[in-house]
Amino acid sequence: MGKGAFIRDYLCVFLHRFFEPPRSMIIRHTKRLAFSALLMGASIIAFAQTDGHDGEEPHEQMSHSTHDAHDTHDAHDEFIAGEYIIHHISDANEIHFFGNVSAPLPMIIYVEGKGFDVFMSSAFSSDGDPHDVHAIKTATGPSTGTVYIKDPETGLRSEGGEAFWDISITKSVFGMLFIFSMLIFMLRAMAKSYSKNPGKAPSGLANVLEPLVLFVRDDIAVPIIGKTKSDKFLPFLLTTFFFIVASNLLGLVPFIGGFNITGTIGVTIVLAFVVFFITTVNGNKHYWGHLFWPPGVPNLVKLLVVPIEVFGMFLKPTVLMIRLTANMSAGHIIILSFVSLVFIFNQNYGGVAGIGMGVFSTLFMIFMYFLELLVAFLQAYVFTLLAAIYFADATQEPHH
Amino acid sequence: MGTLLTPAFGTVFWATLSFLMVLFILRKLAWGPILKALADREESISNALLSADRAREEMADLNSDNERLLQEARVSRDQMMKESRDMANKIVSDAKARAKTEASKEVDAARVAIQTERKSAVAELKAEVAKLSIDIAEKLIRDELSDLDKQKTLVDKLISESTLN
Repeated sequence: MGKGAFIRDYLCVFLHRFFEPPRSMIIRHTKRLAFSALLMGASIIAFAQTDGHDGEEPHEQMSHSTHDAHDTHDAHDEFIAGEYIIHHISDANEIHFFGNVSAPLPMIIYVEGKGFDVFMSSAFSSDGDPHDVHAIKTATGPSTGTVYIKDPETGLRSEGGEAFWDISITKSVFGMLFIFSMLIFMLRAMAKSYSKNPGKAPSGLANVLEPLVLFVRDDIAVPIIGKTKSDKFLPFLLTTFFFIVASNLLGLVPFIGGFNITGTIGVTIVLAFVVFFITTVNGNKHYWGHLFWPPGVPNLVKLLVVPIEVFGMFLKPTVLMIRLTANMSAGHIIILSFVSLVFIFNQNYGGVAGIGMGVFSTLFMIFMYFLELLVAFLQAYVFTLLAAIYFADATQEPHH
Repeated sequence: MGTLLTPAFGTVFWATLSFLMVLFILRKLAWGPILKALADREESISNALLSADRAREEMADLNSDNERLLQEARVSRDQMMKESRDMANKIVSDAKARAKTEASKEVDAARVAIQTERKSAVAELKAEVAKLSIDIAEKLIRDELSDLDKQKTLVDKLISESTLN
C-alpha cells in the first residue's frame, strides 16, 4: 500500500467527523459496548471526551487481534489516519451518519447501448462484513443486468467491461441539490417579502440575507466591475457566493454525513468553468487586444508575453477551482488530523495518552471550528471577488 | 487518492445541470426582484432625504420670512401706537384749549350779565330809595305841617338854620 503511506503523510481530518471514531473501532464498540449510549451524547465536547475514554478498551482489544491473526484483516483493524481522513472527505454513494448508520443514495448509470440502470446504493453487497470499508462490493443493474463492481481503491467498474457513464446522485451531488433547492426556496421567500411591503425596512429572512446581498453588490460587484456593467454579472456572482457559503456551512454541520461539496473537484470545476465561459463570452475588443497583441510591447517580447497571457487565461479559473477545493478540504483535514491524533496516541501509547490527547485535540478543534466558520465566508468572498475581477478585466474600457 | 483530484463525470454532469438551472431560476425569480426592490428602496430613501432637505430649506426660508413679517408688524404697531398716542394727546389738548376758551367766554358773559344786573339793581334801588325818601319826606312834611304851631316852629327852625346873611 504505497498509496496508504502517501495518504498517511496527509495527516488529515474532517471537522464534523470528529464526532465519529473510525469505523473499524466502532465495529468493535458495537460488539462489546453499548454503542447506542455513545450515539446519544449530543454535545461536541462530550463526544470528544467520550472518544478518549472509550479508546481505552479498544486498545487492549486491538493488541489482541493483531496478535491473533496476521491476515489481511490486520490492516483494517489498525487505525490508519490518512485512509480514514481521505475516505471521509471523498465523495461517496451513501450518506454515512455515524457508525453503521448510513442512508443509501440512488445510483444512476447509463450503459452504452443498453440503457439506464437506476437502483439504490444499498444494493451493493459483499460476501464478508457488510460494513467493511475495504470490501469489494457488487450489484446487478435492474434493467440492463450489468454487474457493477465497486472497489474502494479504484472506483466503479462493470464486470463484463461494458462502457458506462455513472451519473449517480453521490453525497456531494445530493448536498448540492439540497443547497440549491434551499437557496431557491429562501431567496424566493426573500423576493416575495420585498414585493409584499415595498420600500419598507426588511424583516425576517430578508433582513438576514440582505446584508449578504448588499455585500456582494456594494463591496464586490460595483466597486470592481462598475455600476452599470455589474448588473449583468450580479446574478452569477450572487448565486455563486450564496452557493459557496451555504455549501461551506453545510460542511460544518455534524451528524449529517459530512458534506464536502465545495471540496469536491467536480463541483468547483463547474463553477470555474462558468467563470471562464462568462469571461470569454463577455471579453471586449480591449480585452482580446491586450491578450493577443499587447500594446506598447516590443514585437519580440510579444512572442513571450502572448503565450503567457493565453496560458493565464486558462490558469485563472483553474487556480480559482483549486483554491476553493483545497481550502475547504484542508480546513477539514487539519481538524480531523487532531481527531486522528487521539486514536494514534491511544493506539501507540495507551489510553491515558489517548485521553490527554483527546482533551488537547478538543480544545484545538473548537478553535479550528471557529476558524472554519471564518474560512467558509472568506473562501466564498475570495471566489466571488476574483470572478468579479476577471469579469471586470474582460469588460474594461480602454483608458489610456 | 485519485478520486479527490479527478473530477467525477457524474458530479460534473449534475453540477453543470443544476447550477445553470438554479442560476436561471434565481435570476428570474429572486435576484431580479430583490435587486430591483433594493434599488427602488434606495432611490426612495434618497428621494425622501432630498425632499426632507428641501423641506428644511423651505422651512428656514419661511422662518426668516416670518421673522421679517413679525419685525415689520412690530414696527408698524409701534408706529401706530405712537400715532394714536399723538392723536390722543392732540385731541386732549385741543379739548382742553377749547374748554378753556369756552369757559372764559362763559365767565365773561356771566360777568357782563352780573354787571348789568347790578347796574339795574343799583338803579332800581336808587329809584326805590329816592321814592322812599320822598315818601318819608312827604309823610314827615305832612306830619310836620299838620298844625300851625308846628309849621311855625319848623319855619322858625328852618329860618334859624339858614343863615340868610
